[in-house]
Amino acid sequence: MADTTRTEPTAEEPDADGAPGDVVSFELAQHHKWYRRPDIVIPVVLVFLGLTLLAVADTPSARFRSEFTPPGDVSFSWSYFFHLVPQMLQGLFVTARATVLGFLIAASFGLVLALLRRSESRWVSYPAVAFIEFVRSTPILVQMFFAQVLVRATPAVSLNALVILFIVVGIHYATYASEAYRAGINSVPKGQWEAATALNLDPLTKWTRIIIPQAVPNVLPTLGNYLVAAFKDVPIGDAVLSTGGVLFMASTIRNVDFRPVEPYLLIGVGFLLVSLPAAWLVRRLEERIAYERD
Amino acid sequence: MEDWLLSPNQYSSLMVGARATLQLLAQAFVLGVVLSLIVGVGRLSERRWVRGVSFAFVELARGISSIILLFILVIAIPILLGDIFPWVRGQPVIVMASIALGINMGGYGAEIIRGSILSIPKGQTEATIALNLNPTQRLRYVVLPQAMRIILPPMGNLTIEILKGTALVSVAGGFDLMRATGNLESSMLAGGVIGVTVLYVNVLVIYFVMAQVINSLFRFGERALDKRFQQREGRAALPIATTHAAGS
Repeated sequence: MADTTRTEPTAEEPDADGAPGDVVSFELAQHHKWYRRPDIVIPVVLVFLGLTLLAVADTPSARFRSEFTPPGDVSFSWSYFFHLVPQMLQGLFVTARATVLGFLIAASFGLVLALLRRSESRWVSYPAVAFIEFVRSTPILVQMFFAQVLVRATPAVSLNALVILFIVVGIHYATYASEAYRAGINSVPKGQWEAATALNLDPLTKWTRIIIPQAVPNVLPTLGNYLVAAFKDVPIGDAVLSTGGVLFMASTIRNVDFRPVEPYLLIGVGFLLVSLPAAWLVRRLEERIAYERD
Repeated sequence: MEDWLLSPNQYSSLMVGARATLQLLAQAFVLGVVLSLIVGVGRLSERRWVRGVSFAFVELARGISSIILLFILVIAIPILLGDIFPWVRGQPVIVMASIALGINMGGYGAEIIRGSILSIPKGQTEATIALNLNPTQRLRYVVLPQAMRIILPPMGNLTIEILKGTALVSVAGGFDLMRATGNLESSMLAGGVIGVTVLYVNVLVIYFVMAQVINSLFRFGERALDKRFQQREGRAALPIATTHAAGS
């Protein structure tokens, strides 16, 4: 608060010569843009860095085994439960990494879909709408099976199961992300577009300096929510494509040790330990950034 | 065009699966709506422990992946709780699966209901207090009827999400459209893989059609509700106008 009063009037100095002008510039100074507020930008950048690190890290082997003989007929054993933690973390790592890579595709392809949908030509926008609607209202599980048989049926293409997972999650969530982009772009008041036209700004300046900075406060939290949602859908890939995520870990352990209770409960707990803080962070971001919309 | 269709026999076995999917959806929907009502109202309760329990339920149901929740309910819970509640032991997969989907729907639905109740103007609640209605009557006759218009659109989206979630049941060993597809696939594999791609395209279209039907049902409900509200507003305008005229 203190430094805003110090910095802003100097920027307004040339035209703020009277007392009323000072008051106006002081009131404006309270409203920093979201990208100039360290309390928003620093966590967002940190989260992005963490996700990037996760994406470029090495994949651990997807082989799970336990060297622990659990006690015979007890239905739940805490020692076995904690024994499985390292393997659960390994599976969770694969799941989180697949989520980040899949969501990278989703965020970029979603923007393309949103722009195609905005296209003035019906020949472009109608197919985009149809594609978005179709992908959004069919289960991602069926889409994974479909992608798998499609890859198998085309001999020219051979894709790793993890790559199929990235692509399916990417395309599925791209349709969701495109809706978020669309809502964000539409939320920029019409006057801003008209002003950009009146000032004869070229399209690049208009988008990078006017539209996108104002659309981000609406888009970012929604994208964050979809990232968490994508994280919840990635384990489906373990069941369909046998990618080595948490659910694959649990079913492997179950087939080895014939004890299903501990691994499934453990992955449930591990999953909550990641998704609840993530959802909480997104909610915080939403609250912090919310006043921009007024 | 012929290449994109299956044989009538194959369609009839897919229809058996589709019926199972719809049944599963119906069970999950009923449980989901009941849970969302209870938990959504519970989140606004005056008692602190009710609020706490509802909050924990919502966070758990929304935080966990639906497929993991499904596996926990189908595989882990019958073994874990079989001694305390013998009921869960012998249940078919479909029952446990619809409970899992219902819990999932309840978590999201509770937030929809909570948001819609909060959006009703405070004067309405104050009026019910002035009229000496008890909390149940307040909810049943004043708050929920008005909240319905806000609840329906997101509830429709949520129902489509749950329809998409029903496909997971096949992975946990239950019978639904996806399981019927898998059975067909294994019998078709002898004939070559190209037919299998067509099979999955058809299944995707079936899911799409089901989602669109659900969507239009909810749209229809919204329109009917809007019409009722407009009529009621029209009727209400008359007595107010006459009393006004009588007063002056």
